[in-house]
Amino acid sequence: MPFSISLTVNGVSRNVELDDPRVTLLDLLRERLDLPGTKKGCDRGQCGACTVLVDGRRVNSCLALALSHDGAEITTIEGVAQGDELHPVQAAFIAHDAFQCGFCTPGQIMSAIGLINEGQAGDDPERIREAMSGNLCRCAAYVGIVDAVIEAQKRLADAGRREAA
Amino acid sequence: MPLESPLVLSSPHIRHGSNAGQPITRRDGVLKVTGKARYAADNHPPGLLYAVLATSRIARGRVKSLNVEAARSHKGVVEVMTPANRPKLAQDPDERSNPFMFRMDALQNDRVRYANQPIALVIAESLEAATEGAVLLEPQYETDTARIGLDAGDSFVPPAVGMGAPAEVRKGDVDAGLEAAATTIDATYETPTQFHNAMEPHAIVAAWDGERLSIDMPSQGLEFARGRAAGLLGIPPEQIHIRSPFLGGGFGGKGFVSGPQLLAVLAAKMTGRPVKLVLRRDQLYGPFGHRPPTRQRVRLGAARDGALTAIDHHVRTASSTYDDFFEPAANVSHALYASPAIATTYEAVRNDVGTPTFMRAPGEAPGSIALESAIDEAAAACGMDPLAFRLRNYAEVEPISGRPFSSKALRDCYAQAAERFGWAGRPVAPRQMRDEAGFLVGWGVGTALFPALMFQAQARAIVKSDGTGVVETGAHDMGQGAWTALAQIAADGLALDIDQVVFNAGNSDLPDAGIAGGSAHTATAGSAIHNAGADVIAKLADLAMGDRQSPLYGAGNQGVVARNGRLHRRDDEARSERYADILVRAGLSQVEGSGSVAADPAAPSNWAMYAHGAVFAEVKVDPDLGQVRATRLVGAFAAGRVINPRLVRSQYYGGMIWGASFALNEQAIVDGRSGRVMNADLAEYHVPVNADVVSLEALLVHEDDPHVNALGIKGVGEIAITGTAGAIANAVWHATGIRVRRFPIRIEDLLTS
Amino acid sequence: MKTFDYVRPATIAEAVAASAAPGAAYLASGTNLLDLMKVGAARPDRLIDITHIAGLDHIDWLADGGVRIGALVRNADLAHDPAFVRAYPAVAEALLSGASAQLRNAATGGGNLLQRTRCAYFGDPASACNKREPGSGCDALGGENRLHAVLGWSPSCIAVHPSDFCVPLVALDAVAEIEGRAGRREIPLESLYCLPGDAPQRETVLEPGDLIVALRLADPTAFARHARYLKLRERTSYAFAVVSAAAALAMEEGRIRQARLALGGVAAKPWRARAAEDILAGARPGETIFRRAAEAALADARPSGDNAYKIELARRIIVRALTLAAAGTPQRLPALPASPFSSAPGARHAA
Repeated sequence: MPFSISLTVNGVSRNVELDDPRVTLLDLLRERLDLPGTKKGCDRGQCGACTVLVDGRRVNSCLALALSHDGAEITTIEGVAQGDELHPVQAAFIAHDAFQCGFCTPGQIMSAIGLINEGQAGDDPERIREAMSGNLCRCAAYVGIVDAVIEAQKRLADAGRREAA
Repeated sequence: MPLESPLVLSSPHIRHGSNAGQPITRRDGVLKVTGKARYAADNHPPGLLYAVLATSRIARGRVKSLNVEAARSHKGVVEVMTPANRPKLAQDPDERSNPFMFRMDALQNDRVRYANQPIALVIAESLEAATEGAVLLEPQYETDTARIGLDAGDSFVPPAVGMGAPAEVRKGDVDAGLEAAATTIDATYETPTQFHNAMEPHAIVAAWDGERLSIDMPSQGLEFARGRAAGLLGIPPEQIHIRSPFLGGGFGGKGFVSGPQLLAVLAAKMTGRPVKLVLRRDQLYGPFGHRPPTRQRVRLGAARDGALTAIDHHVRTASSTYDDFFEPAANVSHALYASPAIATTYEAVRNDVGTPTFMRAPGEAPGSIALESAIDEAAAACGMDPLAFRLRNYAEVEPISGRPFSSKALRDCYAQAAERFGWAGRPVAPRQMRDEAGFLVGWGVGTALFPALMFQAQARAIVKSDGTGVVETGAHDMGQGAWTALAQIAADGLALDIDQVVFNAGNSDLPDAGIAGGSAHTATAGSAIHNAGADVIAKLADLAMGDRQSPLYGAGNQGVVARNGRLHRRDDEARSERYADILVRAGLSQVEGSGSVAADPAAPSNWAMYAHGAVFAEVKVDPDLGQVRATRLVGAFAAGRVINPRLVRSQYYGGMIWGASFALNEQAIVDGRSGRVMNADLAEYHVPVNADVVSLEALLVHEDDPHVNALGIKGVGEIAITGTAGAIANAVWHATGIRVRRFPIRIEDLLTS
Repeated sequence: MKTFDYVRPATIAEAVAASAAPGAAYLASGTNLLDLMKVGAARPDRLIDITHIAGLDHIDWLADGGVRIGALVRNADLAHDPAFVRAYPAVAEALLSGASAQLRNAATGGGNLLQRTRCAYFGDPASACNKREPGSGCDALGGENRLHAVLGWSPSCIAVHPSDFCVPLVALDAVAEIEGRAGRREIPLESLYCLPGDAPQRETVLEPGDLIVALRLADPTAFARHARYLKLRERTSYAFAVVSAAAALAMEEGRIRQARLALGGVAAKPWRARAAEDILAGARPGETIFRRAAEAALADARPSGDNAYKIELARRIIVRALTLAAAGTPQRLPALPASPFSSAPGARHAA
């Protein structure tokens, strides 16, 4: 039986026909919507490589049933940069060498953006480390990741203040 | 494939050349932060089918039956491959004709020799259908008792350890040394089975076009992989094209073509369509190798002044029942500390497990945590500061052989890291320090060491008539930064700015860059690149010097020097010419050179070649609850010439965290009854999370080495695990007074009454 | 994963009606159920997606001073709700100690209550497990069981309940509101769970079709100033508890008027330690009485395998949790997740 859902993915509305109810949001993105930037590291919510934003909140797309997300707004790593201009989190990840192999990086970046949106950690490294602990990095670029989050958060806050002024 | 959008950071730093030595940011950085870096499983050719592997739930026995009909009748399933219908191979997967060719399981029969062995492959129109199809096979087994653990069966002396190293090495008289010692240590340490657990699961997308095969697959050794696949499939290597522009981590686990990947290639052949196979996380605990467990007995003798009189390092480890890989854990004792008598010996048992393999610092990682712990125990027994004890036993020449070190800046490492850490004043006795919250605080030190290796490689370099360069070699970027560091070397080799050089790597059509392992890839591929650059510059020079219209005409014996895209006369800097002008006048669109490299066969007989380091660790331990946290790590490493300090520091950080993980976190929990790993996932196989890493510093210690290779590069990828693991274990002892000799250290080990 | 019917009711009544089909299961965010379906430990025929039912995601403050938490309130939203955090600090600490930020953004309160054990043998269809397949045996017994139960277990099952959230909830007498085929009823959370006995497959007293629609907590005033949750795990974050404890004290003139204490990671249910509470009632806080309480809480404990250490560890975490609770709820809320290392000042050279 076919299922039809509508999603907004990286700002584009899409109607998705699903011939199978078992498809996860992660597999939908990777295998059916040509958005392989989001990675599958464990498929069980244990590594964070599949992190995307759903309605602005970071979640593990591997443990999200696609059908259940009818009407949701999804942001993936492919939708973060504005054209050629990197998002401050992306730029900070490069500047702080916050990755090596890069496989967990899309998830780390989406998680960092989600964390900054949540506004819970402030610039306290201990809280940022905790808040980023849902994203494993076997290359262990954790030092750079924390530094990148702090810098990007500051740049975003400064930009926000400039806009407000 | 070239990379787009290089992002260059131009902060001033040590400059060995115009490019190498600078901490430029990763050339593949933009691709990786935008999700555009394409890993194997991201490929999706038209007509793609999905394969899902069915793996054995038993460790020993045979598959009696598979419900192929149930799988086939699941909607979307296209084909089920079992030993009954698996396409023929030109070579038996159990054949092994060279040391880098491990036996594999590719449905050659119904026998099961380890848990998670491939037993069938289900191919379907969708991932979901293939996944359920594999479940529906409901295999029935004839089960034999699994032989698991270091006490399973009789032990034997392995024919060799690691890559052909002798299983018994002796120097001097260990018994006499122990007899003469004022203090002796006799301690046994245990390290667990570990799995690489790269974030990227093994994957492959295979597509046939007639007799030509294209493969997307993460590989640390493209040439090996292509050769192995060609041999098994019975086709010429030239008909196989492997792309591996990015690996989502390797750590030694992606060195070889695996049985599952080969089956996906066969599935593509069988169905006539491209096939993608991505292993489930739990399926990585079996067919892809692991770090085997060890039990290490270390006996040390020390004189009254702390001088070692004997080192006896005995290792018991396990390989599979069907192939040989013996973790060379005792060999660190050949090189770390001076002693008149040293013995390293091995014994092994056979387990019903997949064959172990290289895992980041194979041998050195488990061996180092045992030796560094024992050295610490000896220092304590002598009442000496553990750093002073290590300096007392500093090896001026390689202890086992008497060879001089090609370079060894370990004293600088100790001094710089100790200073940075604030080691002075550390109480010698344990359980003396607490923080204001009441946690026990301990400080420990460990020495890091890793051999400086070289393999064979080739490279090609081109200068084009627009003055830009192209450099190509089939190098592998597992995250260590080959795209960047090798491009820096390439640019220097052509005397161009890095932005004027296109660097191509990561596929098997390019010249063989050797295997990315043994921390030798930058040295090996880099040397080939360097030589290719020199070759093309020499060709350009020949063109110019033979051309009457060139200002360099007749430079002859004086020669020319390349700088910033120009050749200059060595004896008259003012006479120079751009590469572009030389080529345009010669009517050439480009000039091509090649370079190759192999380890100097004479070097090892003249020199002992190692990178060294020192790691200092602070841990805090809850005195009541036994919870440990590594709160501060400072490492200093000397590894010859540093091509890119930013990337090298990241490698050290990663290695140090692996060391912390070795001491405190990771371990495969194997049920000895079934032979199955019961924590074959990332929730319970604990690798460190961000919150585990509180404070980390890596100091890059200057070291010139004229002997290791022309570029003076040693490796940095593995060394930092060694030293760190021991430093943390020693810090835990210093905090608590409890010497834990089974790793990882667990809460219950530290619950004192 | 087996294929299934997918239905998406708009109301609670529709959901309960849809549950009449054989093999039906409610799906909230799926962070646990989808995982179990992937590994084959759950194979439902029908998923009833309740996430589109309106009205289940509210946090409502009640006239009696308590709070009613809709079953679909996400863990993160509850943990970061300022009024909730002030009122029930130990619950917020527990929530933030569980899983990861991503999972907490998705996972619901109702789902958390009903999450299944993380016993590796339960999650592995090739192993014998009486909980998953009644009568098949228990491979955890005699297997790898360092982290298994020390209280309330039986030879048929030694698994533990994995929730952090439920531990302070049980301590604070939370009540679950349930909509079933016979209408609505309430069950104190502590009574929701069953010990394994000889039927470990029956984990709760819920009947087929029952849907948890809300949780209620009573007026927090008495306990809010002295409430803590503490969790031990094998890495600093993103790991299940080795053991955990929730302690809440109602203090009056320097004495404990009333104590609430529960343990996590020790039994098939979040373990309320009433004998310990009785010992503490009326006492002045102090290590001796805390230790006595801890002894009482673990009086019936016995190892189910290689886990004898957990008994002493549980005693010690009780003492620590009570000590922390007596010292008072931290100023900054929510506090960092409940590791013993909530602060990391520098070392000093003195014992």
